[in-house]
Amino acid sequence: MVKNIKLISVVFLVIVSFFILLKGLNKTNNYSPNLNSSKIDFNFKAKFLYSDEETTLYELINDKDFSIINIWASWCLPCRDEHSFLLNLKSLDKLNIIGINYKDNEINAKKFIKELGNPYSKIVVDPSGVNSIELGAYGVPETILINNNSKTILKKYIGPLDDEKFAELKLIIKNEN
Amino acid sequence: MLNQIGNYSLYIALISSILIIIQSPILLNRNNINFSGRIFSLISIQSLMIIISFIALIIAFIVSDFSNETVYNNSHTSKPLFYKISGTWGNHEGSLLLWLLVLSIFLLIFTITSKNLSNKYRILTLFFQEIIILGFLLFILFTSNPFISLFPIPNEGTGLNPILQDPALAIHPPILYLGYVGASIIFSSSLAALISGSVNKTWAKHIKNWVLVSWIFLSIGILLGSIWAYYELGWGGFWFWDPVENVSLMPWFCLTALFHTVLILEKREMFQSWAVILSITTFSLSMSGTFLVRSGILNSIHTFANDPSRGVFILCFLFILITLSVFIYFFYQNKIKNNFSKTYIVSKEAAVLVNNLFMMFFLSVVLIGTVYPIFLEVLNNDKISVGPPFYHKLIVPFMIPFLIFMAIGPNLNWIKDKINKINLQQLLFFILSIIVSFIFLKRVGISYLLSLPLFIASFFLFFITIKDFSVKKTNLSQKISHFGFSLFILSVLINGVLAKEYSSNMKVGDERKFLNKTIKFESLKINENKNYQSLEANFKITDKNNSINLKPEVRVYDQPQTITSEADIKSTLYSDNFLVFNILKNDGFYNVRYQIKPFMIWIWISIILISFGGILSIVKKNG
Amino acid sequence: MKIKILIFIIIWLVSFFNFSYADNSEKVDQISKNLRCLICQGQSVYDSQSDFALSMKILIQNKIDEGKNDEQIYDFLKSKYGEWIVYDPEINKNTVLLWVLPLILFIFGGILILRKVSIK
Repeated sequence: MVKNIKLISVVFLVIVSFFILLKGLNKTNNYSPNLNSSKIDFNFKAKFLYSDEETTLYELINDKDFSIINIWASWCLPCRDEHSFLLNLKSLDKLNIIGINYKDNEINAKKFIKELGNPYSKIVVDPSGVNSIELGAYGVPETILINNNSKTILKKYIGPLDDEKFAELKLIIKNEN
Repeated sequence: MLNQIGNYSLYIALISSILIIIQSPILLNRNNINFSGRIFSLISIQSLMIIISFIALIIAFIVSDFSNETVYNNSHTSKPLFYKISGTWGNHEGSLLLWLLVLSIFLLIFTITSKNLSNKYRILTLFFQEIIILGFLLFILFTSNPFISLFPIPNEGTGLNPILQDPALAIHPPILYLGYVGASIIFSSSLAALISGSVNKTWAKHIKNWVLVSWIFLSIGILLGSIWAYYELGWGGFWFWDPVENVSLMPWFCLTALFHTVLILEKREMFQSWAVILSITTFSLSMSGTFLVRSGILNSIHTFANDPSRGVFILCFLFILITLSVFIYFFYQNKIKNNFSKTYIVSKEAAVLVNNLFMMFFLSVVLIGTVYPIFLEVLNNDKISVGPPFYHKLIVPFMIPFLIFMAIGPNLNWIKDKINKINLQQLLFFILSIIVSFIFLKRVGISYLLSLPLFIASFFLFFITIKDFSVKKTNLSQKISHFGFSLFILSVLINGVLAKEYSSNMKVGDERKFLNKTIKFESLKINENKNYQSLEANFKITDKNNSINLKPEVRVYDQPQTITSEADIKSTLYSDNFLVFNILKNDGFYNVRYQIKPFMIWIWISIILISFGGILSIVKKNG
Repeated sequence: MKIKILIFIIIWLVSFFNFSYADNSEKVDQISKNLRCLICQGQSVYDSQSDFALSMKILIQNKIDEGKNDEQIYDFLKSKYGEWIVYDPEINKNTVLLWVLPLILFIFGGILILRKVSIK
């Protein structure tokens, strides 16, 4: 009897582990954290790309109802790919697009904007990458949608924008009010 | 051409495997059969075929036959010959073929060296081993075939990851596999012994060699991996508690426990069931290791390219084997006659049980730490990281009693020993360790609270293992291994406590002061090599008495284009000087990291000593 | 000249821009050893030379300069990146088994042995 209980429990354990591991296999390794709060309760100072003045995050996200913060760099190839989507989003009136120029060389950054067009209403620089970490970013490119009135992060995209994300972004902005 | 040879030989091996599996139950029911003839030729043919296919793959790599997909994906004409050859097993398909090769060769060796044992036992071992071989053959042929032809034939391959182009890493996988696969023989033979009712002294004597062989290879394999990590991967670390490293450590704990248990089984015919359980566990852990590494379920520095269908196959195969062995164990358990009752608390037998308890504890910490995040993510969708702090917190406190037990245990007698015998001499050594640790920590200037007991225990074991060389009673191989282990613990501790690090941004010509040393960045030059260019820096480290030059490199490999930093390390008996540099974007500055790692070389030497004890034990008995 | 070209290639390939990570601070090292470099494969922030890790080290240094203690820095990073970033999982309802299970097994094994051996 004792022997049977032991056997059953061992077999049970084996089977459970099997299914858990099987499920684990199908998981992707992409990871975005479930954050406790998406409230922006932090602030940082940053310099503008086109002037030597300083500004703060709060000042940046004060205009209009929504802000998109886009982290980019001239050396980042996927940033080039997503640039047309940003230019496209520029036409939405409720939205303000803010660029954070990540660990970049000033001349190259300006050249990049000149070449591809400027979707941003304001561009600030982040030479050490610290401000991007304050925003919870992993690297470039990254896009964060913020509700300016409630100061909350609505959506975060790691990696370049594509058709699907672009459509989703527009939908969120349309529905949210 | 080579692809066809490889494929056909694998299919012939597959057929032989099926034939053996079908025939063995028939042979089992016949009394008095002769274990040779047909079945032996089948095993030989199978091994030969697998050897041929392996050689075919090596040749394909050497001649850069890009009609072979594996070669195309993992090689390049400009690669040095040595790395062309090691590229054979530096990828998923080839490494599995190597697993298979070792499996079949080990089986051949087993059949040849087990002639004086019962037929039933030999055929059953063969049967289980063939099931494993069959599983691997199917896995290779249907999910990871190394002989897939490409058409049109590409002109050039895509190259081997430069981080893998390293002598230690070239031989690390084969050595590790010898350890893993040795565990398969232990697994099969323990099941065979269980079914044939021969879990006894004779079996113990026979299996002990296999346990030792696997254990030695596993130890050396882990050593090579650590050495590689030390100079290639990190900033002077040699063990990161990375899942892939943990996976090789788990069977090691198990084998260590098994070896000690088998010793008791051989001498006193005790703990039979436990020996069988450990044998099954060891191989299950080796297989799980393959699964975890190959399936890409882990987040690790070393994760290889992966494909979920392969993961599913290994997982199913792994669980079929485990379930099979669980049922066999419970079904045939009564055939074992355990005699636990005669174990006295102060005896060598009890000491071995304590050793096993600690080994199983360390194993469970590593196992749970490695798989817990996977389980949690599946069940709860929460992702956590389990890293070095976790392992240190759980393992270090248990290390203290473990080391003390390890000092006392081997000196106990069989069956029953007197308690008061442990006293006087050992007490003196214990007091000595307290004094030495106290002085040491005072001079180094670190807090006593946590370190003191750990240092006392390590010094105690160190002194006792040295003293034991003067005792005639125990055997030399054990003394060497145990001494090696104490040296290992002590070196790791001292290394951890005394390591010093300096990092700074420097230009050519800059000079920095660090402790009592001066670090001077003397020059920078370019070297052209066969498949990479390198930027070689020259640093001069000067202290009061002497100066050394360190020349770290940053390499730019062509195929595929990759950057690696090569640290330069100068080792002496006292400490290693470790220097690595990196290029910064702003003009002319380089990030320089310099480390002094005391007693580093003793960590490697001690692991070699531990393994040497095992080798000596095999040689002595057979010689 | 050739050196410059090679350096240029290297910079282009790895895109380092870590000018502000300067001399070491033991405190930064100590904290960054306990942090996972989220964009690397299983390396700590301390071990990694990626952009993310380098920025992280600067951030840690800044926080220390602001007078934050270790606990506050870990909490700050956890609020940004979740539990995954720390190598030392805190004990909560998710991780209690992780910490306790090995200890339970040890005690269980100990009891098993004590029952099998005789004192006399």
